[in-house]
Amino acid sequence: MELVTPGIGLIIWQAVTFLIVLFLLTKFAWKPIMKALHDREASIENALSAAEQAKLEMQGLKAENEKLLAQARLERDKILREATEAGNNLVEAAREKANQEGARMITMAREAIDSEKRAAIAEVKNQAASLSIEIAERILRRELSDPKAQQELAQDYVREVTLY
Amino acid sequence: MKKLFVFLLCLFTISAHANEAPAEEGGVFKPGDMITHHIADGHKWEFAHGVNLYLPVILVDNGQLNIFSSSNFFDAHGEEVAHKGYVLEHGHVYKANAEGEPIEGHAGLYDLSITKNVASMFLSVALLLGVFLVIAGRYKSNPGKAPSGIQSFFEPIIIFIRDDIAKANIGPKYERYMPFLLTIFFFIWFNNMLGLMPGGANLTGNIAVTLVLAVMTLLITVFSGNKSYWGHIFATPGVPVWLAPIMIPVELIGIITKPFSLMVRLFANITAGHIIILSLFSLIFIFESLAVAPLSVAFATFMNFLELFVALLQAYIFTLLSAMYFGGAVEEHDHVDDMGHGDGGH
Repeated sequence: MELVTPGIGLIIWQAVTFLIVLFLLTKFAWKPIMKALHDREASIENALSAAEQAKLEMQGLKAENEKLLAQARLERDKILREATEAGNNLVEAAREKANQEGARMITMAREAIDSEKRAAIAEVKNQAASLSIEIAERILRRELSDPKAQQELAQDYVREVTLY
Repeated sequence: MKKLFVFLLCLFTISAHANEAPAEEGGVFKPGDMITHHIADGHKWEFAHGVNLYLPVILVDNGQLNIFSSSNFFDAHGEEVAHKGYVLEHGHVYKANAEGEPIEGHAGLYDLSITKNVASMFLSVALLLGVFLVIAGRYKSNPGKAPSGIQSFFEPIIIFIRDDIAKANIGPKYERYMPFLLTIFFFIWFNNMLGLMPGGANLTGNIAVTLVLAVMTLLITVFSGNKSYWGHIFATPGVPVWLAPIMIPVELIGIITKPFSLMVRLFANITAGHIIILSLFSLIFIFESLAVAPLSVAFATFMNFLELFVALLQAYIFTLLSAMYFGGAVEEHDHVDDMGHGDGGH
């Protein structure tokens, strides 16, 4: 029974001392400690979120760069394609022009040949005409001597005449 | 001021003369008496046999203050004698009659002495203040830095109390209970540990100490009880009104039983630990054989390690349960209405 009977003296000393300790520790230990812990945790939290932020920004920058690079690549491809196209066009145009020129020259040549031919034929015709006239002249000169001979002569002349 | 200091110092007088331990009176060893003597409070602090620190006796006798050293209660042979009309009997101060015999009853006599437990408590308080003011200083001197030294030993414990005891059980309002929770945790732990030291006092195994601690928890719980806490006591949701005459007294008793269990748990655990260790040592004297000693010492050493764990565990349990009671008092019961509607069909 002695053991479970609280002594008045100890109750008073314990209550008073405990309250004083509670007050002193609260004021000079727990408050500063809790505040320091809280501050430190907040600063760690901030640092972590800042790092996260930086990481995100970095990722953003990287994505931006990638985008720019892709854009540049696209641009380059476009330019190359355009250049190739332009080149092709040029070549095509040149070929076209050459073809046209060729065709024109051929037509011109053909025309020249034709006109040459026509001139030649005309000359042949003229020659044939003049020869015919000459033949006729010679025949006319021997007209009266012998009709048989005349014929023979005419045939001879005709044989002599070679068309060239 | 200086005179007062010298006077106070004189009240703590160490004596090294041999005196008979009360347990060995008549040459027969009585383990029960020895153990009771060791776990009980006393007016002198016996570090070893015959090495005593005599503590000041402070008596309030019908409004009159009497202060003197407890060494006055012992003569040169360590026998208890009367002094100024008071006499010490089984650790209690009684008024003495003309023959120096104690008179029954305490009429008007209050013993506010600095007993062994009070002295031990002062020691623990000095230790507590020393340790935690140094730690607080560390936090101020290197703010935002990683803890070092003694600071890094206590920081995880403080954070554990904050996160796993206070935050987990009290909720968002935990912050204002932190100083109390930290103080009781370290107060109980430090005193449990000091009690395990050789010659240490059994402070946390004293019902007066655990009573005060439990009453503090009770008062804080009652004064921080919100509407829903009292609502649960005087109009328990879901309980028909005609049961109120039974429910209200039961709930009111419940308010008291919670801290009562705190008081008894700490007291019984620490006292039991002391009794077991002392009993194991008593075996040597009961068998009057040195051959038992190795076994006793082995068991007592094991128990001592167990007690080191119990010292921490009981501090944790007291703090945890206090936090749970505070949590119950400040909790907002949003689900109460739902429960009431659900059981409304009686």
